[in-house]
Order: sequence, then C-alpha cells, then structure tokens
Amino acid sequence: MSIMRDGLVQAIRKLASSATLPDGTAVKVLTIAQVENLAADFRLSERMVEIEALENDIVPKRYLRNLKTFSFSDQARLLGAKVAVIGLGGLGGTVAEILARLGTGRLVLVDGDIFEEHNLNRQLLSRRSNLGQSKAKEAARRVKEVNPAVEVVIWEKFFKPGSAQALLDGVAAVVDCLDAIDTRFLLEEAARKMNLPLISAAVAGFSGHVTTVFPADQGLRLIYGPPEHLQATRGAETGLGCLAPAVSMLGCLEAMEVCKVILGKAENLRNKLLLVDLNDYLFQVLDLV
Amino acid sequence: MARQDNIQIDLQLFADLRSKMPPEADRFAVPRGFTIGNVLEKLEISPERAKLIFVNGIKQALDYILKDGDRVGIFPPIGGG
Repeated sequence: MSIMRDGLVQAIRKLASSATLPDGTAVKVLTIAQVENLAADFRLSERMVEIEALENDIVPKRYLRNLKTFSFSDQARLLGAKVAVIGLGGLGGTVAEILARLGTGRLVLVDGDIFEEHNLNRQLLSRRSNLGQSKAKEAARRVKEVNPAVEVVIWEKFFKPGSAQALLDGVAAVVDCLDAIDTRFLLEEAARKMNLPLISAAVAGFSGHVTTVFPADQGLRLIYGPPEHLQATRGAETGLGCLAPAVSMLGCLEAMEVCKVILGKAENLRNKLLLVDLNDYLFQVLDLV
Repeated sequence: MARQDNIQIDLQLFADLRSKMPPEADRFAVPRGFTIGNVLEKLEISPERAKLIFVNGIKQALDYILKDGDRVGIFPPIGGG
C-alpha cells in the first residue's frame, strides 16, 4: 500500500461516523462533504475516495439505502465500472439517472440530438427550460447533479460504428437506448466485435421488451429476424407512439440488467426476453433459444 | 361433427396487433393441424408484422403446428425509445 493510500485510509477511518440501517445494523458512513474534502486533500477523484471507503467497510452515506441488497464490495464494483449509454431519449435518460443513483462509477453518454417539444411526454431529462439543448450535455449535467462522484464522458453525435472503438473502450456493458431497429443491429455488431455485453430495450405505446446479448449469442435477430430482411420494417411505435410509463419502466429494467451484468448475477435476461404490455399488465419472460 | 376437428388456443396479440384481436381470443377455435402461419392468414396479419411468436413461453416459428390449449403470443417489431 502506498503511503498516500495509507494516509487516505487513515483519514477515512478517522472521519467516518456511526449510523444504523433501519433494521438496526450498525455501519460506518462518510458524508458527501467529507468525500469532497478528502478528494480535494488527497488530489483524487470523489469516486476513488468512495471506492477506498467501501473497501474498508465504510459506506458513503448516499449509498446507505443500497445496503444490504448490495454488499460493500458490490457497491465498490459498481463504482469501478464504466458503462456506455447509447441514446439519451426516453430509455437512455432513465438509464443514466438510475445508474447515477445506483453509483455506477463511469458513464459514457452518447446522443447527437437536442431536446424538442415532442420529447416532453416521456423523456425524463427533457424540460420546458432545456428545449433546444444537447441531450448528452443535459444528461451529463443531471448525472453530476445527482451524483458528482460519477465520472461522465459525453459524445454529442449519433452513434456510428466508426466511433465504437473510441466510445466503448474499457466499458463493462453497453446499453442500447436507441429508437430505430436498424441502428440497434449496428450497435449490437459493434458490441460483439469488442466482446462486450449489450443490454437492449425497445418500446411501442404501452408495450416493450428487454434482453441482454453476450457476444456469442444470436441476439437481436431472435427478436427482429435477420437484419438483412429488415428493409422497410417499421416498428409499431410509428403508429402507437411511446408513452412515459412503458419507456421509463423499460429504462429501469435496462439499468437493473446493467447491475446484474456488472455484479455477475446469473439470473439475468441472457437469451431471454422480458415482454411487458401495460395494456393488460402482462409481464412474461420468454426463452429465446 | 366438424367441432371435433377444431382445437382451442389462447391467443394474445400485442402492441399494434391488438386491434386484430378476435372476440373470445382466449378460446379461439382453429382447425386441428393449423399452423401459426394459418392463424396469421385468418386474422389478416402480415408475417412481417409477426416477427416474435411464442407458444407457452417458448419462441416458435410460423410453421409451428398448434395443439389444443396452446397459449400463443404474437408481438410486432418494436423499436422505440
């Protein structure tokens, strides 16, 4: 252990105060201000301070209610992970928000679009006051407001396979929050080439589905058929629109899958499709293979 | 007599296919030996709009031959976000 890290651990231990979980379990915590001060004093990122605290069984207070569903090491693992969110509309805005609150350490936020009036019905990060603004910039601002320890990189362009190498380098999971079927296949191909898991959701009206694709899997062709037969395939959303309850729910489910993939939970949606239809409250997990 | 040659399936159509739902879809009668493709034809749904077909929770293809009591779900392609 380096002298500096030794000093940090000592400082964290000295500052940590006692708290209790609602079930009475005693824990040691650090406040946001303490994390900020330690980061400044030791010239480290807030994220690194939080990881160090967790590795010493001290939880940053902002994650207190993640316990005991998350262990200290689960939380540290999430903070150590980098996730790319491709598309920052209805799905992506929700995914970014939830991942920031969970404490996903690094986010790559990708969208070339700006907020418009017709986004307000469902896109969590769109507001009357930020119409015309970059979705990527607004998502980064929101993430930093919620959790400044999350390190954010933005790419204010639409996803293209040519930029995949730079955007997806070092990520643990790619989240497909796009809004067209053909570009979803391009993203799947890029993730596959870089040997990365892809979490993909889509919505139409009050319906939607979500799945997780690992590089060796057949993936989206099991849902949409082969991409070469896609020409002129219009998604049902062109007629039904996209409504907030479905799109926000599917975004939350994608964030849940990111958690499972990063934490190595076996009970995920690999080769399965969770189908949701809020018209009749159908929730069904289908076997795709 | 003809009734003996029919089976009943529980049919669920999702998203924009809901408008094609027949009455009493949970007891939808089809001739024995009918495939999913035959059902789509009968309901005037283009196979292009029925990319995702599942029977009793398992993905199946258009040529699946239906059995009495099958729970059949048909989902159109969706891509919104």
